[in-house]
Amino acid sequence: MTRLRASDRLASGVRAGIPYGAASLLLGLSFGVLARPVMGPLAAIVMSVIVFAGSAQFAALAVLSAGGSAAAAIVAGLLLNLRFVPMGIAIAPSLRSGPLGRALRGQALVDASWALANRGDGSFDVDFLLGSSLAQYPGWVGGTVIGALLGGAIGNPSSLGLDAIFPAFFLGLLVTELRRSQARLVAAVGATMALALTPIAPAGVPIIAAALAAMLGLRRAGHQRAAEPAAVVAERDG
Amino acid sequence: MVPTVWITIGGLCLGTAAIKAFGPLVFGGRRLPELIGRVIPLLAPALLAALVITETFGHDASLVFDARAGGVAAAAVALAVRAPLVAVVLSAAAVTALLRALG
Repeated sequence: MTRLRASDRLASGVRAGIPYGAASLLLGLSFGVLARPVMGPLAAIVMSVIVFAGSAQFAALAVLSAGGSAAAAIVAGLLLNLRFVPMGIAIAPSLRSGPLGRALRGQALVDASWALANRGDGSFDVDFLLGSSLAQYPGWVGGTVIGALLGGAIGNPSSLGLDAIFPAFFLGLLVTELRRSQARLVAAVGATMALALTPIAPAGVPIIAAALAAMLGLRRAGHQRAAEPAAVVAERDG
Repeated sequence: MVPTVWITIGGLCLGTAAIKAFGPLVFGGRRLPELIGRVIPLLAPALLAALVITETFGHDASLVFDARAGGVAAAAVALAVRAPLVAVVLSAAAVTALLRALG
């Protein structure tokens, strides 16, 4: 891959992240609308500003709406965020700064940025990742602000179908990963594990367990290297 | 309710920051063993496939087949014709909304 300057890679990350930022705006909007009656507009906005993790926020909100404790809400949210442990390990060798710099860079981890910054050979373009997250953050926070302030005036997020945006968002990321037959097999096994575990395990656990499907990579040496890094594909298709 | 909400926000903020910092802090700046290197490129399809399933069919720790499945099918069609991502997610929302309005 051509070694572009860090600022150029950051800028291309921002460009690649903008469509995901637009989708995040709609997701943030539905979070704001749903969170407002449970926690009030200010707390909903603060949560999006300092937590910035969509699925975890929805999970914690669901617990609080049902009258659950703070501990139960935190556990529900953190279980969903545990997937950032393997994602963080994956980007670790690509991080060149000192411990504090690495820990701060890690805060930019969100699903779309991580998937897009994947060069396909196991290495990650961390400047591209940061740019892509910078493009999504205003979408998520801005959407929450609009939803939390306007609330029900927007309509019921469920009757607007906004809850279908999350799976569509993840499906869009998934298809860019399926060029290799081995990746398709791993996706099929991961999906099957998630289907099997969803009725019996707390939310978040099926996702972490499905990550084990990646162990199929140990079966064969990586003789089918990805032809194109995801970041390049995203830039071309984006 | 107010303390519960703010404790939740504080706990989630600190916990998420720690989770996101873990890999970069502990494994940063050095090469991972070759075996792990073969697993990592496959984490994305595994995690993303699981997220598609849980967000499409998951509801209160059970599997449900509802209007979201129709929306995700519409998203798959939009992806197959190489529609931009914003069109993909909007078609998912629109079809889900339509199915709920009809149902």
